[in-house]
Amino acid sequence: MDTLDLSRIQFAANITFHILFPAITIGLGWFIVYFKLRHSFATDAAEQDLWLRCYRFWVKFFALTFALGVVSGITMSFQFGTNWPGFMERVGNIAGPLLGYEVLTAFFMEATFLGIMLFGMHKVPRWLHTFATFAVAISTTLSAFWIIVLNSWMHTPAGYEIRDGVLFATDWAAIIFNPSMPYRFAHVILASGLTAAFVVIGISAYRIRKGDPKPAPRMALRSGLVVAAVLAPLQIFAGDLHGLNTLEHQPAKVAAMEGIWETQRGAPFLVFAVPDQGERTNHFELGIPKAASLVLTHELDGEVQGLDDFAPEHPRVAPVFYAFRIMLAVGFAMLATALWGVYHTVWRRQLTPRTLTWYVAMTFSGWVATIAGWYVTEIGRQPWLVSGVMKTAEAVTDQPASYVALSLTVYLVVYAFLLVSYVGTVFYLANQSAKLEAENYGAAPNPRTPQTAGATA
Amino acid sequence: MSETTSILPLVFAGLMALSLLMYAILDGFDLGVGILLPLGDEAQRDTMLASIGPFWDANETWLVLGIGLLLIAFPEAHGIILGELYLDVLILLVGLILRGVAFDFRAKVPSDRKGLWDRLFFIGSLMAALSQGYMLGQFVVGFQSDLWSELFSLLSAVCVASAYTFIGGSWLIMKTAEELQQRVVSWVQACLWLMMLGITAVSIVNPIISPEIFAKWFALPQIIVLLPIPLLCGAALLGTSIYLNRLKHRNDEVVTRSDWIPFAAAIVIFLLSFQGLAYSFYPYIVPFEITIWDAAAAPESLAFMGIGVAVVFPLIILYTALSYRVFWGKATELRYY
Repeated sequence: MDTLDLSRIQFAANITFHILFPAITIGLGWFIVYFKLRHSFATDAAEQDLWLRCYRFWVKFFALTFALGVVSGITMSFQFGTNWPGFMERVGNIAGPLLGYEVLTAFFMEATFLGIMLFGMHKVPRWLHTFATFAVAISTTLSAFWIIVLNSWMHTPAGYEIRDGVLFATDWAAIIFNPSMPYRFAHVILASGLTAAFVVIGISAYRIRKGDPKPAPRMALRSGLVVAAVLAPLQIFAGDLHGLNTLEHQPAKVAAMEGIWETQRGAPFLVFAVPDQGERTNHFELGIPKAASLVLTHELDGEVQGLDDFAPEHPRVAPVFYAFRIMLAVGFAMLATALWGVYHTVWRRQLTPRTLTWYVAMTFSGWVATIAGWYVTEIGRQPWLVSGVMKTAEAVTDQPASYVALSLTVYLVVYAFLLVSYVGTVFYLANQSAKLEAENYGAAPNPRTPQTAGATA
Repeated sequence: MSETTSILPLVFAGLMALSLLMYAILDGFDLGVGILLPLGDEAQRDTMLASIGPFWDANETWLVLGIGLLLIAFPEAHGIILGELYLDVLILLVGLILRGVAFDFRAKVPSDRKGLWDRLFFIGSLMAALSQGYMLGQFVVGFQSDLWSELFSLLSAVCVASAYTFIGGSWLIMKTAEELQQRVVSWVQACLWLMMLGITAVSIVNPIISPEIFAKWFALPQIIVLLPIPLLCGAALLGTSIYLNRLKHRNDEVVTRSDWIPFAAAIVIFLLSFQGLAYSFYPYIVPFEITIWDAAAAPESLAFMGIGVAVVFPLIILYTALSYRVFWGKATELRYY
């Protein structure tokens, strides 16, 4: 493989690993604010204790997840220079300030207030601590905003002019509020909310299944289910709007998502197919007649442009096509789980072992859907790095392939090790909590007793 | 952009330098504590890490800002510098990754695994410090790869790691007490001499390899204005050395009450060394090849960024100060609640 392919795989590996953690913390930050506020405004001691326990458990989980997000994010910020110098040379005038605003408005705020939130509960006034949890949540979301602005601009560039091959900003409002930004931002924030909700659902269910008798994990489970049931339908709505926006600005991507080679009216939605780039056709098609046209044009016989119209400048079809189906399948499974959970667990207050097992199985479902979604949109943009402006191949470094192969191998080894450690530690923490809770339950623990960072709540 | 009249590139070069200096001081002490970690037993290691727990993340952010400003204001230089340092950056990043996550993992994994993460914390901190020193050496010699440049970069790696250990140890002297404090003192002393060697080496090598730098330092009347930089630096080193000796032999109330002296001296030494380097290389951003005006991004981009910097920078300083105020004094056990 050459430097370009290796660099692309390396960037994909880095960003795939990175997104796992912000996908959780962006949503979980708001869960923590909620737990903290419920604790602050609780009227009786039992309720106070209950919400404090929710806060205590999840803040620990948040800290670990956040740390992994930070370190993998720093890696990202160096990648532009080490592997994609052409990107910054051509579009640095626009990408640079957007990244800069992320660092300035988000990174420092979240890092500083995280310190106060984690370790300052007994060192600062109560209001300041609550403010710190809020500051962490808002800055995490703000960070997502700026990075989505830049990413969206790469999909639907606006507000620039080109002089001597270099891009110059002409209208910052147009750059920030570029055509796909609002849709992408909504889609990503909702995805984070859902990812976090299912992590809360799954880990809480795990604790209950391990025999944790306390009300705290049950309360967290119910909170997670309600949030998921609200967000999942919103996400499907936002996803549809985002898809229509993509159809308007990046029709080749939509054609790849739908696996449509030739322009046609009344295009079917393919539930399954094996796209064949060489033959420019699909094998083993299984489709719902006219469904793609209906979704994309809101008419049964609407015209959908095929990939042949864009050849050769369209993405590889198979990864986009499959990733899109994985995202949809997992997304609808999340919707079904959330709706059923609200009916079964929240309303009828029932928890069967089989339900609990299913909740646990869904713990990281948000990861799968989020990554699949990112693959759809990012691979779908190829061969462009900035749509219509710059191709990915033009930006790559001239480092020898052996260097990139070495760095890629090192990253993969480190990331695999960290991912295994992370998942292992998450369930270990839940397990410890369940055990401790079970032992302490009869002893009516004093919620005011401080515990060390290593201990469990 | 070749408008040498514009002040914006200079402003951003200044901001970038400030960020990197902040990083060297702040994450310098974090990394130094990490390098000293094997000194302590388990309880002492907890205390050592408790002293940096609330800060390390924000401290590391100064690096992201420094590299970010390089990327924002001087995109071309960003590509060249990071391209030259491809493998060094890899070592730096793996080090920072291990160090960053070890902090959280060690507090959460089963107790028999805690040792593993403590070791990774140490290794990560050492990797990050050494690679930064190596990169500084490479920068000073203008990214040459002959034998002498390599040797110089390796020396620079050891000396920067020593400088970080020095400031980290000084931080621990201020934030800890009794046995742990005493243990740290002799290490800080050793690092002080290594750091001094490094500063001297750079000061000698710098003018030798570049007549331009030589001319800048050793001409009248500049030399009179510049002389205080090495003199002050030497005085700070000497003063710290004397203080450390007293602390080692007379660990009473009078001496321990002034336990902030080494850390303050370390900041002064970092500041002066940095100032010396900045003076040597100005106006180059890639040594002797590209000036800050050659590499600067478009003025409208810098202006847009400037607004954000002007508004947000004071806020960052403000809540950073708040955070240090909240966790003032000797380090106590880290508690989540």
